[in-house]
Amino acid sequence: MGIELTNTNASKIASALLTERRKAGSPAMGMVMTFVVVTDEGDHYEALRAARDVSREHPSRVLGVIRGSGRGPARLDADVEMGEGGSQVLLRMSGELAKHPESVVLPLLLPDSPVVCWWPGKAPQDPQQDPLGSLAQRRITDTAALARGRTSAMVTQAHNYADDNTDLSWTRLTPWRALLAAALDQYPARVRGGQVAAEKSNPSADLLVAWLSKRLKVPIDRVTSKGPGITSVSLMTGGGEINISRPDGRLAQFSIPNAPNRPVALKRRDLAELLAEELRRLDPDDIYQETVTTLCRIADKNGIRRTQAAKKAARAPQATAAVSISDATLIAGKATQRERRAAAADTKGTSSAAKKTSAKRNARKRSATKRTSAKATGKS
Amino acid sequence: MTTDTLSDPANPLRDPRDRRLPRIAGPCGVVIFGVTGDLARKKLMPAVYDLANRGLLPPGFSLVGFARRDWADQDFAKIVHDAVMEHSRTPFREEVWRQLAQGFRFVPGDFSDDVAFGQLRDTIEELDRERGTAGNHAFYLSIPPRFFPDVIGQLKEHGLAEMQAGSWRRVVVEKPFGHDLASAQELNAIVSEVFPPESVFRIDHYLGKETVQNILALRFANQLFEPIWNSNYVDHVQITMAEDIGIGGRAGYYDGIGAARDVIQNHLLQLMALISMEEPVSFEARSLRIEKQKILTSVRHPARLDLHTARGQYTSGWAGGEKVKGFLDEDDIPRTSKTETFAAIKLEIDTRRWAGVPFYLRHGKRLGRRVTEVAVVFKRAPHLPFTQTATEELGENALVIRVQPDEGVTVRFGSKVPGTAMEIRDVNMDFAYGGAFVESSPEAYERLILDVLLGDPPLFPQHEEVELSWRILDPILDYWAAEDTKPQAYEAGTWGPESAEEMLARDGRTWRRP
Repeated sequence: MGIELTNTNASKIASALLTERRKAGSPAMGMVMTFVVVTDEGDHYEALRAARDVSREHPSRVLGVIRGSGRGPARLDADVEMGEGGSQVLLRMSGELAKHPESVVLPLLLPDSPVVCWWPGKAPQDPQQDPLGSLAQRRITDTAALARGRTSAMVTQAHNYADDNTDLSWTRLTPWRALLAAALDQYPARVRGGQVAAEKSNPSADLLVAWLSKRLKVPIDRVTSKGPGITSVSLMTGGGEINISRPDGRLAQFSIPNAPNRPVALKRRDLAELLAEELRRLDPDDIYQETVTTLCRIADKNGIRRTQAAKKAARAPQATAAVSISDATLIAGKATQRERRAAAADTKGTSSAAKKTSAKRNARKRSATKRTSAKATGKS
Repeated sequence: MTTDTLSDPANPLRDPRDRRLPRIAGPCGVVIFGVTGDLARKKLMPAVYDLANRGLLPPGFSLVGFARRDWADQDFAKIVHDAVMEHSRTPFREEVWRQLAQGFRFVPGDFSDDVAFGQLRDTIEELDRERGTAGNHAFYLSIPPRFFPDVIGQLKEHGLAEMQAGSWRRVVVEKPFGHDLASAQELNAIVSEVFPPESVFRIDHYLGKETVQNILALRFANQLFEPIWNSNYVDHVQITMAEDIGIGGRAGYYDGIGAARDVIQNHLLQLMALISMEEPVSFEARSLRIEKQKILTSVRHPARLDLHTARGQYTSGWAGGEKVKGFLDEDDIPRTSKTETFAAIKLEIDTRRWAGVPFYLRHGKRLGRRVTEVAVVFKRAPHLPFTQTATEELGENALVIRVQPDEGVTVRFGSKVPGTAMEIRDVNMDFAYGGAFVESSPEAYERLILDVLLGDPPLFPQHEEVELSWRILDPILDYWAAEDTKPQAYEAGTWGPESAEEMLARDGRTWRRP
């Protein structure tokens, strides 16, 4: 099945895609988007399988991008396959090419249709500035997938929010939010305070706290539990407590004042389901934007500050995949945001061409800063 | 349709911009009459489970079964469990089952049994207390229409149809909505005496299908099709619903009903209305209904019903590699039955847009294959600058909306055959909806049940529409009854009787082979 291409280029890949389609009897292709998955050798199988599953609901061309070592000569290998719903290409880049993945991806994008970029693991701190991210109309990160530093990674993404950025931690919340909204439908009372209990370092819980406090305009406490994920949410009202608790990650107890307790299935959804929800709408998510703005404010209030050195370190955007996000990124995100605001003020009215050149210049500057900053953090 | 209209505007967690939040019904329960039937087991129970699995049912949702069986609640739960295991589309999950299972109740009894309905009322009241269903209940009548008067009367008598302030009672009825205009009116009189019109939901599961809803998107969200969607460009429209199966176990229901009443009256006329109606002012239920009613009102019959209608009855034959029985050999069908298993009719619509464009509707059992589609066939180009030989293989352009299976849209047009000579041949351009969906695309019944619970009626025909459909069909049925002959025989596995072919040949047209 499929065509394997070694040491190839984008136009050979494009013609392989055509050959594969012909081989399948030129089936109708209702592909609605290009789905770029930026991953690494270890995780690509899981991620691409989820992308393929999602192709059934959102038929798409899936481009898996694996950036290998930056050493050695530039090299591109590809696996081209036709799947249910669309086509799939796995791109392995190494050598100098690993720094220029957009040069391979750009010619393979479907004409006219939207591009979605997903980082299943490590993501750039500012996805919109990333060379692949800047090709996309929607950029999906997943801070909860990181092994460490999830909370701060989420805050970083929040600080660097741009229209059409989104994080799967937010998507994971939809069933919780739906249930909480349903609870207030059933028991419409003014909420005086609340509490979210979740395992330590859970970006979804942080977002839920931010969303609730923004919508309800009351302080919401965040307490730590054993997990898994979010274990309970309670809202205090004059007539009693609204509580949804889910100790096992599957079945929740739903209780509101003056009504019997009821069980509700509230499972943790798998990647394909989350992505399917994410891809259903490709316009900016206003509510997410409000929520991350609140999240930034909460993070500030909790006095999360870091040293100057760390600030510098984090300012280096992650042009390559292999930069881990540490707590140091927290403040950095803010710095970048400030910079961006200033930059936006500067460039107002300038042509997009001018913007592009300045972006390029910045990129060059960035890679320079990066080398020094790596030294500064000293692999903390 | 948006969240803001559904919930208390004061709910601070709702926001019309927040389009991720799904529509979850308020606290409620469903009572199914006729739980032992096929429909309940194969469609309703699995749909309820699938809805719960997708997190769209409210906490505390309850399901009450009512049937003449000596069951306890656990026996009923077992039946639902088996039905869900066998027919649900989403994977079985223990926690979803546990959420649902606590709300299962069973009431044994006859439809004329006062004690049983008293028990039903107690059960519902108990659910309101224990499960918090808050007095909101839908009664799903999955039973033959001859039992409607009994059940509806009992519901009224035992106060089950009475709505307390802030709660609702709804009744759901399945097709057929009567067997002619008079019976439909009678049925409506019975139901509307007890339930107000906005509480009566007539389920036509076809209208819940994605592709049917997509007809509206295709027509009204695009600029491409509207200019040609009229008699200037459209030659005629063919609406086909073909089944490859026979009547199976439905003999008791089918004999005396027949193809026209079973399918044309509801599904095909609804499809025709959606294809031909003018643009509604909005997608609210009322606006859609107004447009559909306008079309149904302006339908005109052909002057000679003998020349422009056809009916048939399948005989034994080979269908799809299997030897199958003829209609008259099916169990419980009398040898003298005159019930048609194939019906085709021609209708015209007297509006400026459609004057002179015939709509051909056909439906049959044991036809070539299972397919439902709407084909809009366009006129030939008025002048072809090619030689006669070059265009010999060129047919008419067509836009085909495939409703099931293999949902999608096909556009058929002429294209040059590769080579040095100029030769033009028909090609297909195909659009296929995704096949097996990850999670989102709900099955028709899921969508409809959810709409009942939410009280959202755009997809449900109201009694005016039902009566208008009967007004269209009644003269044809009367004509056939007056003719008092047997329907023309057609061999199983073919595309219907010869009279159907002749009917189109008279107009100089042929049926598409779907």
